[in-house]
Amino acid sequence: MAIDEIYKEVILDHYKNPRNKRELPGATYVCTRNNPLCGDEISVLANLADGTIAEVTFQGAGCSISQSSASMMTEAVSGAPVDDALSLAADFRAMMAGEAEPDEARFGDLVALKGVVQYPIRIKCAVLAWDVLQEALQGTGDAAGSAAH
Amino acid sequence: MAPALDVARIREDFPILTRSFAGRPLVYLDSAATAQKPEVVIEAEATFYREHNANAHRGIYTLGEEATEAYEQARATIARFLGAEDPARLVFTRGTTEAINLVALGWARPRLHEGDEIVLTEMEHHSNIVPWQLAAQATGATLRYIGLTDEGTLDLPADLGSLFTDRTRLLAVTAVSNALGTINDVRHLADAAHAAGAAVVVDGAQAAPHLPIDVDALGADFFAFSGHKMLGPTASGGLVATRERLDEMEPVFGGGDMIREVFHDHSTWNDVPFRFEAGTMQVAQQVGLAAAARYLEGLGMDAVREHERDLTRYTIGRLNEVGATVFGPEDLSEHGGVVAFTYRDVHPHDLAQILNEDAVCIRAGHHCAQLVMRRFGTPATSRASFSVFNTTEEVDVLVDALAKAGDVFAV
Repeated sequence: MAIDEIYKEVILDHYKNPRNKRELPGATYVCTRNNPLCGDEISVLANLADGTIAEVTFQGAGCSISQSSASMMTEAVSGAPVDDALSLAADFRAMMAGEAEPDEARFGDLVALKGVVQYPIRIKCAVLAWDVLQEALQGTGDAAGSAAH
Repeated sequence: MAPALDVARIREDFPILTRSFAGRPLVYLDSAATAQKPEVVIEAEATFYREHNANAHRGIYTLGEEATEAYEQARATIARFLGAEDPARLVFTRGTTEAINLVALGWARPRLHEGDEIVLTEMEHHSNIVPWQLAAQATGATLRYIGLTDEGTLDLPADLGSLFTDRTRLLAVTAVSNALGTINDVRHLADAAHAAGAAVVVDGAQAAPHLPIDVDALGADFFAFSGHKMLGPTASGGLVATRERLDEMEPVFGGGDMIREVFHDHSTWNDVPFRFEAGTMQVAQQVGLAAAARYLEGLGMDAVREHERDLTRYTIGRLNEVGATVFGPEDLSEHGGVVAFTYRDVHPHDLAQILNEDAVCIRAGHHCAQLVMRRFGTPATSRASFSVFNTTEEVDVLVDALAKAGDVFAV
């Protein structure tokens, strides 16, 4: 059961065919962070227009959980107002902390990551991309305009 | 030659091996992280609590004397297991990390000056790097690293003396790498370090449970080890040092039992090794560790090493068969019972998760050795590590499960 729970087709699909995994030359919002536990690394790159995330991509390497979460994240917040993206990040964290049930319509593919909750050590992998997104958007990340590797 | 281990018989000594997960028997291949405990160890600790428990070195009453006796007997047994006849050469600690920090704080810091050097290797566990970084920051000393070959051995010059200068105060080196399995020729390095006037600190965490150890034959001024990795309880272990070095070392923790007399403005110290053991110690745990040392002695450390070498040979062979990338020395005389590998492009975390479905426990990650990971350009590896109870059948379960992981995850 556990394998089916955690590695639903949707996770593997995002892992093997990541969405929006590319450079974003000239991105104004950039942040790179890693999970020291496993060495997973994620960069989030974004451009904003009128308080909305016009474009968002990611780069990095890591396990299926961290990479699929990043891929799903870019799909979920692309075109969203920054405030909505940050609120989704908070709600995603609440789901991964086991504190809240996801709103399936709003979460879409992200619901697939719910099964990770039963593997506490890997929750950090799932949340990494969202932490990086938040730091990028709130300007606490790397200097704006610096290119990710 | 030592008689071979009777593994079927040994397995009966480890109660945890009767556990199964979702109907699959436990396959524990993570003894480098922490070892499982034989019944005699569990029983020794429990018997201490049931029959002899009191604070050591304090009670005047008979029960207190029994506790003290058990604790000091444990010291003698464990010191002898590591080749030290004089029990006073063993300072008890919670394990390797605390032992290395004790040397860094109590011996190295008072001696290090700006421009002095500490020589380390790139295969050290973080616990044999960070205490020296802290010591260097506090004193202005500098760190220098011995690099690694592609095979995962120390990249040594023909003239070992060239590794050291007249400013080198200390060499810190692991006897066996927890990340690569490499067994280092510590004596060879120690002789060169001593010739340069440097002291030698040996991280024995992965050696004490798996190889016959004689701290003096290794040339160790300080030998740090963890009880929980050598079939003993958590928070057991210690530091074996020469008497001379212990006499030079300053106390690090102040408190009960480490003093002789306390005055308003100063105190005088108890004898070695007690001056380094402040407060109530891990009495029951060290008693349990002594039982572990006796158990290993009973099996014979040569036989233990032989058994783990056979398992390592078998594992490397099978991993090569299925196309895994194996790290560490090919020469098995230099390769302890730790096999680090990667399999196709499956991330070690995903691999470990899949193996868990077959109740196979391996470690996935950087193994607290990020310098090794960086050297080999990988953020993480998978690691199988062995103990006296492991079998080739268990290795087969591991290797067969790899194919499943490949089916699910290969990109």
